[in-house]
Amino acid sequence: MTIDSAAMRSNIVGLALIAPLVIFLAFTFLVPLGRMLVLSVSDTELAAIMPRSVIALASWDGETLPDEEAFAAVAADLAAAREDRTAGTAARRLGYASAEWRTVLSSTARSLPDDASSITNWQDTLVSIEPAWGQAKIWHALAEARGPFTDIHVLTALGMDGGPDSGLYVNVLVRTFVIAISATAICLLLAMPAAYLLSSVSGPLAGLLMLTLLLPLWTSVLVRSTSWLVILQKNGILNQILMALRITNAPLDLIYNRTGVLIALTHVLLPYAVLPLYAAMKSLPKSQMQASRSLGGGPLSGFFRVYLPQVLPGLSAGGLMVFILALGYYITPLLLGGQGDQMLPFYIAYNTLQALNWGLAASLAGGLLIVTVILYLLYVRLVGVERVRV
Amino acid sequence: MFDSMKFWTVLTRLAGILVLLFLLLPLFAIIPLAFNAGSIVSYPMTGLSTRWFEAVVSTPRWLNSIGNSMIVAAATVALSVPLGTAAALGLDRLHFAGKSVVMAILISPMIVPVIITAVGVYFFFAPMGLANSLLGLILAHSAIAVPYVLVSVNAVASQRDRRLERAGSSLGATPFVVFRTITMPLILPGIVSGAIFAFAASFDEVVIAMMITGPDQKTLPRELLSGTRENLDPSVLAVATIIIAISAGLLVALNLVGAKRKVAG
Repeated sequence: MTIDSAAMRSNIVGLALIAPLVIFLAFTFLVPLGRMLVLSVSDTELAAIMPRSVIALASWDGETLPDEEAFAAVAADLAAAREDRTAGTAARRLGYASAEWRTVLSSTARSLPDDASSITNWQDTLVSIEPAWGQAKIWHALAEARGPFTDIHVLTALGMDGGPDSGLYVNVLVRTFVIAISATAICLLLAMPAAYLLSSVSGPLAGLLMLTLLLPLWTSVLVRSTSWLVILQKNGILNQILMALRITNAPLDLIYNRTGVLIALTHVLLPYAVLPLYAAMKSLPKSQMQASRSLGGGPLSGFFRVYLPQVLPGLSAGGLMVFILALGYYITPLLLGGQGDQMLPFYIAYNTLQALNWGLAASLAGGLLIVTVILYLLYVRLVGVERVRV
Repeated sequence: MFDSMKFWTVLTRLAGILVLLFLLLPLFAIIPLAFNAGSIVSYPMTGLSTRWFEAVVSTPRWLNSIGNSMIVAAATVALSVPLGTAAALGLDRLHFAGKSVVMAILISPMIVPVIITAVGVYFFFAPMGLANSLLGLILAHSAIAVPYVLVSVNAVASQRDRRLERAGSSLGATPFVVFRTITMPLILPGIVSGAIFAFAASFDEVVIAMMITGPDQKTLPRELLSGTRENLDPSVLAVATIIIAISAGLLVALNLVGAKRKVAG
């Protein structure tokens, strides 16, 4: 057997061993995420409930009012939807473009006559129920919502839809980045002395100090957030200490605002900044700072000109990882933040579970996914895949 | 004479100690309150009592969620350990340029924000009837747990002495015998620590649990989240204390295996 064919055999066995995991992750992770991305641009809700209208509008010129056939189709679809109790779903979908259409559609579905056999002119009937049917605008909304693809959710996520909440998600995106960058900056600042302390001790004390880093990392984020909620509340221990020390006379508002989110988020993320920095500092010979000193460098110039440049890779690896993780936290802002401190993940969950706007949820999640993947690839490229550890 | 070097060293170390205290103290701040005799979740305590722990173990809601969490975490370990171990050994045998890409994809569930995985799995599982089931939760938890197994086993496997396996084969052992008697014992610490990581990943997870469980499948973190948001009383802190104790136990177990958390960086 030649070396090449041995390597080939090894590759084949290797791939066969990986295959079960690939298949498993395809079913539980990769395909669901792919489907989610498709969902963010797909638009099948309305077409499923109002198939006749979609067909009738296919030949509409878009300028004048559609013909009687289209009015009859809308009436027939809405009557059927009323039977099937799906009118609300169609109304909700049409409401994405403008809340007004949601009302028009539901009230039309509600007010259609039970006996349709006597009606000869559907245009007059619909316009008499809701005058909006006499204008081209709602017909445009219907035509745009006929699917199978739409850009409405992506545009809403980017604040470019011109709809009622336009700009809401731009604010959320900016806020998410601001919170993530603030948390990263605080983490890096705090990580410096902590990593330095860890790297400068040895023996059993080093193990003990390492434990203070690992125990929080091992404790669930939810438990730590709950803990901060108790500590930072109005009559919590921190306010009691601050008042006992006469630093403040009245209790400070430390939760349900940005302060609480940043404190707890920093606590959750700090170990990820300390660990790579510690590794970088540990590998640095002590003699370098002594050399810098013997050459006349002061402590600050030694730090900035000798120490910092060499631990910079560890610092940036930690900073990048903290930033990536910070973008995705849901529980910590949920428990400690106010309404103005909720990040992108909150709105993904909100649109999935409460607003039931799955397309928008998928668009927001897709955007976060793309940003995360790009930063992850950057991390893999700069730091190496073998050093990814969360 | 004022020694500025010494001044800076002391100052930095002091700052370092403060930062480590900032990391550690919040974990302990709530533990005494779980033993509070009164029903307020703030200091000063009105007396010592284990009544809140008794309340937890006599409340069906908490007991049910502890049971669910244990079932899901155990099943997650059972599913992710074989899959992750096989894949780690498979990666070890690969010799081509795209190897790190394969690795990056296989461990990506660890990096992708859980909320995204949760939503993706929810959209995907709901039509199949897997959304309100423990099975759905087990599958999703296994997806996020398997990278930990992969990384743990991979770290140990890449350090092992391959000559032992070659010696075994050259002495006539079949590949299966080589695996069972040589490879397996060598990588066992990696497998065990991977299993601990996988258990912890599932046991602590709350976002997917929130998305895809119905009232009957609530896990311990899911109930803890409800308790924290809706009715924060000392029994919630008792549950948090139990979780801290279990996490600490897992960390001790991990240290006993000897495969300490590989330091990133």
